[in-house]
This record gives sequence, C-alpha cells and structure tokens, in this order.
Amino acid sequence: MSKALSISNLSKTYASGTHALKGIDLEVENGDFFALLGPNGAGKSTAIGIISSLVNKSAGKVSVFGHDIDTDLTAAKQNLGLVPQEFNFNMFEGVEQIVLQQAGYYGISRKEAKKRAQPLLEELGLWDKRKSASRELSGGMKRRLMIARGLIHSPKLLILDEPTAGVDIELRRSMWDFMQRLNEQGTTIVLTTHYLEEAESLCRNIAIISQGEIVQNTDMKSLLAQLDMETFVLDTQGLPEQLPSNTGYELRKRDETTLEVDVKKGAGINGVFSALSQENINVLSMRNKANRLEELFVRMVENGDKTSSTKVSGE
Amino acid sequence: MQNINTTPIQGSNWVAFKTILLKEVTRFTRIWVQTILPPAITMSLYFVIFGNLIGSRVGTMDGLPYMEFIVPGLIMMSVITNSYSNVVSSFFSAKYQRSIEEMMISPVPNWIILSGFVGGGVLRGLLTGFIVTLVSLFFIDNIQIHNIIVLISVVILTSILFAMAGFLNALFARSFDDISIIPTFVLTPLTYLGGVFYSIKLLPEFWQGVSQANPIIYMVNAFRYGFLGKSDISIGIAFGLIMVFIVILASICLYLLHKGKGLRS
Repeated sequence: MSKALSISNLSKTYASGTHALKGIDLEVENGDFFALLGPNGAGKSTAIGIISSLVNKSAGKVSVFGHDIDTDLTAAKQNLGLVPQEFNFNMFEGVEQIVLQQAGYYGISRKEAKKRAQPLLEELGLWDKRKSASRELSGGMKRRLMIARGLIHSPKLLILDEPTAGVDIELRRSMWDFMQRLNEQGTTIVLTTHYLEEAESLCRNIAIISQGEIVQNTDMKSLLAQLDMETFVLDTQGLPEQLPSNTGYELRKRDETTLEVDVKKGAGINGVFSALSQENINVLSMRNKANRLEELFVRMVENGDKTSSTKVSGE
Repeated sequence: MQNINTTPIQGSNWVAFKTILLKEVTRFTRIWVQTILPPAITMSLYFVIFGNLIGSRVGTMDGLPYMEFIVPGLIMMSVITNSYSNVVSSFFSAKYQRSIEEMMISPVPNWIILSGFVGGGVLRGLLTGFIVTLVSLFFIDNIQIHNIIVLISVVILTSILFAMAGFLNALFARSFDDISIIPTFVLTPLTYLGGVFYSIKLLPEFWQGVSQANPIIYMVNAFRYGFLGKSDISIGIAFGLIMVFIVILASICLYLLHKGKGLRS
C-alpha cells in the first residue's frame, strides 16, 4: 500500500530569495493522524501549498497515495482535501452553494453532491444555515464550512491547516471529536495547529518543522518519552519577594502565589515539598503543567537548528 | 457521521464546466442592477442623443439612416464591454478573495476553468446585447437582418474574444485599479474609434489605414453586415482575424494558467 503522503527533498525558494523549505523529507502512512508543527514562518504553509498545488515547488518530489504531482496531478488532487488556514471562500455565496460548487469542480453531479452535502452540513451544524451567505456566519461556522467543503469529494487524505484557530473551547472539542471519527473511518489526516494540546491528544505521529527543515519526525509516544523533565504548577499561600535558590530545584514565579517547578522524571515530588516547607512556603494544591508537547516544541524550535533537536532527543 | 459518504468519486469535466458556468451566471444575475441594467440605460441614452437628437441632423451614413447605422455598433459595443468586464471582475474577485483556490486544488483542468469563465462572459455579453437590441426597437421602425449566420457567429466569436481578454487582464491584475486601466484606456477608445458611430470611409485615406489596425473595426463591421448588409471591410478577413485573435489569446491564457501567473507563488 503506497503512503498517503510522500515528500522527498522538497525545496522552495520564493522570488524574494526566501528559502522557505530546505529539502525536506516526510512520509505519512495511510490511515495516520499526523501532526505537522512549527512556529510561524517555519515553512508549514509552504509545504501544504505545494502539496495542494497552490505553490510552485523549486525542487523535490511529492506524491499523494502514490500519485506524483508532477506526472499524475489529477489523481493526486482527487485523493486530497484541504482545509486552509484562512477563509478563502466567496463571501457573497451561500453555504450550500459553496459546498455544491466544490463538488462540481471535482466532477460530482449536482444530484450526488446534494446527497453528500446534507449529512455533512448536518454533522457540522450548518444545515440550518445552508441558504445563508457565508459572510453572515460566525468565525466557528466559517471554519466548519471550510471543513465541509474540504470533505465533499471524500478525500482519502485531508490536510487541516489550523482548523480550530479562533474557535471556542466547546466547539474545538466537538471538532476534535469529528476529526477523530473521520480518521477512524479511514481518512488520513495531516493537522497543523498552534494548540499543541490538540496535536498531543489527536495525533499518532508528528513532524516538527523549523526554518524550512524537519527537526523532528517520530511518533508521539517516543517524542513525549524524550521529555526528561516534568513541570508542576504549585498554588501556595504566598511567595517571598525573592525565591530561594538553594532548594536544588529550578523554581519560577508565575504570580504572587503560583510557582512552577521542574522535576526530573522519576525523581519524585516529595523533595520539592520538603524544600519549600523549609523555606516556609506552604503548598495548597498542585497540578501537572497541562502541555508536555509544548515544552518539547519550544525547546526544539527555539534555536531553529538541528543541533538543539539532537540535544533534546539525545541522539 | 455514519451517513457521510467517504467513497471517492471520479467526476467529469462536463460537470465541472457546468458548475463554473452556473456560478458565473448566478453571480451576474444576482447583481443584475450592476450588470444588466446599466447597459440598457446607457444604450438608451446613446439612441436618444446620437440617434434621435444628433442623428436627425446627420442624415444618412453609408446610405443608411443614421439611427439604423449605429444600432449594430451599439449592440456590439455593449457585447464587447460586458463580456470583458464580467470575466475581468469575476476572476479578479475570485483571486482577491482567494476563492480561486477552490478550483486550483481540485482536478478541474485549466482549459475547463478558462472555458467556464469565458462562457459566463459570453452569456452576459449576449444577454446585454439582446436587451440593447430590444431597446433599439423603441427607436427604429423595424430591424432588418441581412445574414443571420454572420450575425450570430460574429457576436458569439467577439464575445469569446473579449471574455478571454478580460481573463488575461484579471490574471495580470494585482489591484482593482488594474482591472479598470485596460477598459478605460484601451477598450473604450478602440470601441469609440471602431466604427460604431461613423463609417471609416469618411476618414482621410491615411486614417482609414490606421483604423484598420483597430481590431474592433472588423467586429463592428462584420456585425453590421449581418444586420444591414453593409461593411467597410471584407467579412472573410474579419472572421479570420477574430479567429486568429481567439487562438492567440486562448494559448496565452492557458500557458499562464499552467505557469500559475498571478495565482501561484
């Protein structure tokens, strides 16, 4: 079975001279839920643009389910769906019209398109708004409209470029649920997001791109296992002006009563309490800092080169 | 979720073409006050001012009453400007809002994209041409048709040509200013000097020669021939030139679409 997405030595240099991609290699397995992460300007959108024929590549190969975009573009496009980061539909057109038109571009007859559109719009909570002009939708509805449009031709590979940007937590969670069910039904998903919690909870494999290079490409479990430190957030009765420096732990003050502390994995937390107690700092409650992936991500991209990633991964 | 169809489908280019065409027709009919009504009003004014008020003092032109002489030219003028402006504004607007990406990521071939937009321009050009023809009936007693085949083929080919020119303009355009420069500074002067209001036989010999470099002369005269059986130039040459221009413009548009000019970075 060919890979859902295969990228080899992909480079892009814009007319301005910006070297956005520096020969990246990437493979996404059929059925995977794959995270493509990176800071702003890292090259994610350029890579997605090339895969989806919106950006011309400078060099390299891209194939979607074995269909090379240079030699078999039509088949590659048939298998690909894109939900872009920015709203790119005609603001004067209606919700259903936009979805049906997209089906038409894929050669799907109007009758078949209508059959496909109804459950999709219902599932995404847009059926009641099907006759509304897209400009009248809320931000969250516009995002869902782009998802409906991207799915109308039933792509085997769906690229979601920050699909939950700017939507509230409740809606984000329902969109996660939707994406998970879609993936369970066999659709391969490539997700880019700035909500690392999203990538951590949804994706099985991950690539981190920084300054046009892939600095990490592994499965989520292995990546998170690389995290040798855990960060805890402690709520205290009150903190002194100057935090003690002789506790043996790295302490960071978040506000007048909240403290962050890094603890080596497996070292236990009791020592922290003893050390703080000796300094008359009373801990009221404690929680694990929510996003482990975020910590790794920041470390990997902060220097923007492979040296930093090698250190983190211990390779 | 269980009702959502996840079976990929192999579609046809014909469906894609119909979709783009329907989208275009829906667009210009939705904003009919901006697209259909103005040519009817403008041309009515032309008929009143140039045909009735001034025309009655002009007498005959090329052996025909002046009002009858200008009718084919004015119809053709509205066909040219509307087929051009429909495509240039629709395609540029799709570029500007980035909704053109809907087509770019889909497997619809470039020639279908071009055909769909051009088809929309042709339909708007023909519709406004038809409306102007109806309006002209208020100003002339009866409308004679000398050669219906020439008439229809010239008007369709001309609208295809100018719809393609509008497409080309939109491909290069980077701002809304860019889509009004060509119509204002090129299309309008060429149309006004294209034999709509006068026979080029009235011009000194030198300017008659210069006028023959204006492609609109050929279209207006071939169209007038279809109506009245009178033309300043050879109908065969007119058809030949229109066809050559269409082939050249279509080739340029398809090449630029393939390269992603103005669409892909």
